[in-house]
Amino acid sequence: MEAFRLAWLGRKNGRLKLISDAWLKVAPIEAKRLIGQRFNALKVSIEAALSEAENSQVWNLLKSDFTAAALDVTLPGTLRRPGVEHPLVKTMAEIVGVFGRMGYSVGLGPEVETDFYNFESLNFPPNHPARDTQDTLVIADQDNKPLRDRLLMRTHTSPVQIRSMIEQEPPLRLVVPGKVYRNEAEDATHLARFQQVEGLCVDSNITFSDLKGTLDHAMKALFGSSVKTRFFPSFFPFTEPSADMQISCIFCGGKGCRKCKHSGWIELLGCGMVDPAVFQAVDRKRVELGRAPAYDTARISGFAFGMGVERIAMMRYGVSSVGLFYTADMRFLEQFA
Amino acid sequence: MNLLTQWIRSYLPTLPVSDRQLAEDLTLRGIAVEGEFPAGCGGARFEMDITTNRVDAMNHYGVARETAAIYDVPLQPLALGEELAASRPGEGFPVRIDAPDLCGRFTARVIRGVKVGPATGDIATYFAALGQKPISAPVDATNFGWLAMGQPTHVFDLDKVQGGIVVRRAVAGETLHLLDGTERTLVADDLVIADEAKALGLAGVMGGYESRVTEATTNILVEAAWFDPAAIRASSRRHGLHTDASHRFERGADFAAAPAANNLVTRLVVAQCGGEVVGPLVDVVVSETAAQTAARAPIQLAVSEVARHLGTTLDGKGIAADVIERFLTALGCKLLSADEAGVYHVTLPSWRLDLAREIDLIEEVARVYGYNKFADTLPSFTGIVVELPHMEAERAVRSTLLALGYSEAVSSTFASAEEAEMFGPAGQSVAMGNPLSAEAGRLRPSLVPGMASMLAGNLHRDVNEVRLFELGTVFTGSTAQVDEATALALGLTGKAVAGTLASANDALFYEMKGVLEALLAKFAGAVTFDAEHLPTWFEPGRGARVLLAGEAVAWFGELSDAEAARRKLRQTCVLADVRAAMLLARPLRQPAVCELSRFQAVVRDLSFLFPDSVRWEAIAGALQGLAIPEMLQVLPLEVFRDPKGKAVAVGQHSMLLRMRFQSDERTLTDEELTGWAARATTALTVLGGTQRAPE
Repeated sequence: MEAFRLAWLGRKNGRLKLISDAWLKVAPIEAKRLIGQRFNALKVSIEAALSEAENSQVWNLLKSDFTAAALDVTLPGTLRRPGVEHPLVKTMAEIVGVFGRMGYSVGLGPEVETDFYNFESLNFPPNHPARDTQDTLVIADQDNKPLRDRLLMRTHTSPVQIRSMIEQEPPLRLVVPGKVYRNEAEDATHLARFQQVEGLCVDSNITFSDLKGTLDHAMKALFGSSVKTRFFPSFFPFTEPSADMQISCIFCGGKGCRKCKHSGWIELLGCGMVDPAVFQAVDRKRVELGRAPAYDTARISGFAFGMGVERIAMMRYGVSSVGLFYTADMRFLEQFA
Repeated sequence: MNLLTQWIRSYLPTLPVSDRQLAEDLTLRGIAVEGEFPAGCGGARFEMDITTNRVDAMNHYGVARETAAIYDVPLQPLALGEELAASRPGEGFPVRIDAPDLCGRFTARVIRGVKVGPATGDIATYFAALGQKPISAPVDATNFGWLAMGQPTHVFDLDKVQGGIVVRRAVAGETLHLLDGTERTLVADDLVIADEAKALGLAGVMGGYESRVTEATTNILVEAAWFDPAAIRASSRRHGLHTDASHRFERGADFAAAPAANNLVTRLVVAQCGGEVVGPLVDVVVSETAAQTAARAPIQLAVSEVARHLGTTLDGKGIAADVIERFLTALGCKLLSADEAGVYHVTLPSWRLDLAREIDLIEEVARVYGYNKFADTLPSFTGIVVELPHMEAERAVRSTLLALGYSEAVSSTFASAEEAEMFGPAGQSVAMGNPLSAEAGRLRPSLVPGMASMLAGNLHRDVNEVRLFELGTVFTGSTAQVDEATALALGLTGKAVAGTLASANDALFYEMKGVLEALLAKFAGAVTFDAEHLPTWFEPGRGARVLLAGEAVAWFGELSDAEAARRKLRQTCVLADVRAAMLLARPLRQPAVCELSRFQAVVRDLSFLFPDSVRWEAIAGALQGLAIPEMLQVLPLEVFRDPKGKAVAVGQHSMLLRMRFQSDERTLTDEELTGWAARATTALTVLGGTQRAPE
């Protein structure tokens, strides 16, 4: 094709140049018009033939086949892939981020806690079943200590709420991600250790409708604006009123499918208004540490909520067995790239 | 537990809704109906999930009471409080409470001349529909009693009881043959129902075998009592016996219900088995316990507090005083009309020991009103968001390692005692009191064993290219005082990033070194490497220590052959143990830019032979020691060893190194460059090197 172009349109020895030189330029003035028209018609037809050939697929195929050093663009790239964020870490960061944008600071605390921070201050009565070694993992050799000083693996991240309130006066907005532990038989959906994100909002005049509004907003930020929430009465020692929150099924939009067991709803978190007994325990400890009480229950109220990260990650990514998050199997992790 | 709608409806003659609607409305009010199935007797069988604080709703009448509150329909009174007349006069049965702190009330009634057979009528029909195992009419009557109204009761074969009933603490070591056929040795904290001679049953948990009602029984003693929740719970856990009775007593039974339940069971036994009620109902009450339960002092409820805690309702009207009054009354509270300040004095129902404070009543109001009828509002906020000091550093660590191709992993917090000793500081691992398994007996003092297991796990599944990191907590100290710190581990196995300096054998080590260099470059402070004070889990000569600003901050190297063999690792694994807590506490490096020179840089390469005792550190040091300001950089380009000793003698290596010169002020001249190269050659020769002839 290039040869054809050169033969006809070449600037030095193309036929059109030769025709132009031999005929057009030297033509008498009265013939110039006619010859000029015929010359132009010839030029247009040659250009059209060239452009048609260039656009034809056959030509393109031929061209690529015959081009030396053509690349096989279908071979895989060779750069080593970046590492993959852990799905739990990523999910946790997303949840924390949503609350961060709503004014919540991140709080962290120890994984080995005392009975005081894990249970007593959170209004668990001394003989509550959760305090039993059947339900809680405990550190060895604690029997000689007073109950409140005994060490155990925290069963929730709520102790960080207590520690923060002892340190800080209201207003307080806190989101607490972290590992927690239960002495449980492990199966496809339960592990003895799991990740939790809890939140706390304390101020004067915080209400149950604020709890609902905050969580509804957070769920829409996490799962999309069409997600709905609904609340059921529940029971936790450290909140009153207590609630379980469900979201409309993110797979079927609430119509009912296998994932939501045809109910249209998925249970996602526990929440409630902070029990006055918790504020009282915090103020007692503040006084014990020489600080002024700051959580007068006649003026201060608040809400708290907590959710399991594994459950949310399993739901989002379609993971059937919670154990996979902890195997570090590259074949599993790389799917989150 | 299971409940029958037909049974619930028997207390609610005007209930207008379907079973399906009832299930939904109960669930929305915290009395969760988890499943709804057709019942053999008609209506539905509800599978309930009732929270532990609502023992009052773990029976048919309790759920009927909730239903009445929801729909504002009348609830049939149980009408059992009235005295059941004795058909034959007699003395009250002797009852003595020797442990008044643990037993607050004990009622007893004698029935004589019964004929024990299977139960018939409602009991049989309902039990079949519920799947409740029928035993005999008198025992079924007691089960009917708690299913109906929540109060556990017991029937004794009266002829096996010697003298009267004594409620007492067990004598340590005393044995008791229980209904389930087991023989239990009691401790002094166990509460028993005894006669003058022996223990008859484990109070609130299970009756005794010898005094049980059988087909041969003709005389019966009916018991209904109230026991201390904590004592029953302790006994039940101690003996591993969780029964329908203990489930209710340990959550707080209705102090006022004992006589009513005794009457109900007595009535049912007589109706089913004949016989005569002999003598009055004996009712021994411990007044202190009564004052703490059934006769609690009224509490206050301010209408304004309801709005302060609950906020805005969807209809914008809030919850009016008359609504509060109606809900609480339906639940069994007695309200003295509100005073001018809008404060009610509320007498609490005997069956709701979970209600004790104003907030408990507010929750009841919210619950019956319906949580989803409250608006979604957002609170205003005057505080600030504070970021944790190490968050930025932690993000830098994560993003650097991810960019370098390392994926994040999360492993177990626990380690075996053996691993804890091998990988952690000696004698400083923390033992668990109730480990999940023998391999999880300690808190991990290091992330390294977990990382080695994760590499092994991949290799055993034929995944041979593994790059992982874990950022997590490690634990040291003792069971008296546990210290927690953030640690970082890296694991690498497979094909290393290719380099020209290291043989294929050593390449993994140098990749890991490169990763640590890139990571530590994020932080302020000079980074140096040595091979001092290495842990024992490294293969000798194949590990290194990393110092940041003079402080040991990381160790890395090849896992020892012994450890690798123990874990059946088929290929070399390089691991790094980073003291992340120390790292994250350091400031991030603040980049400071040098002006770029307008003049061209020039390189000069040198080729030298060195004895292996001369390390790169010495070579670079010697060249930097020349103090030539224009010498910007010195790099090794190639290192070569010949195992056969032909091209390069064994014990020596050849090195091609490159020096880079540049001035900010002028173009460098040939004379300068030649001079500097000559000084470099001399310095390296002094070091023990031999210049190789230019090829």
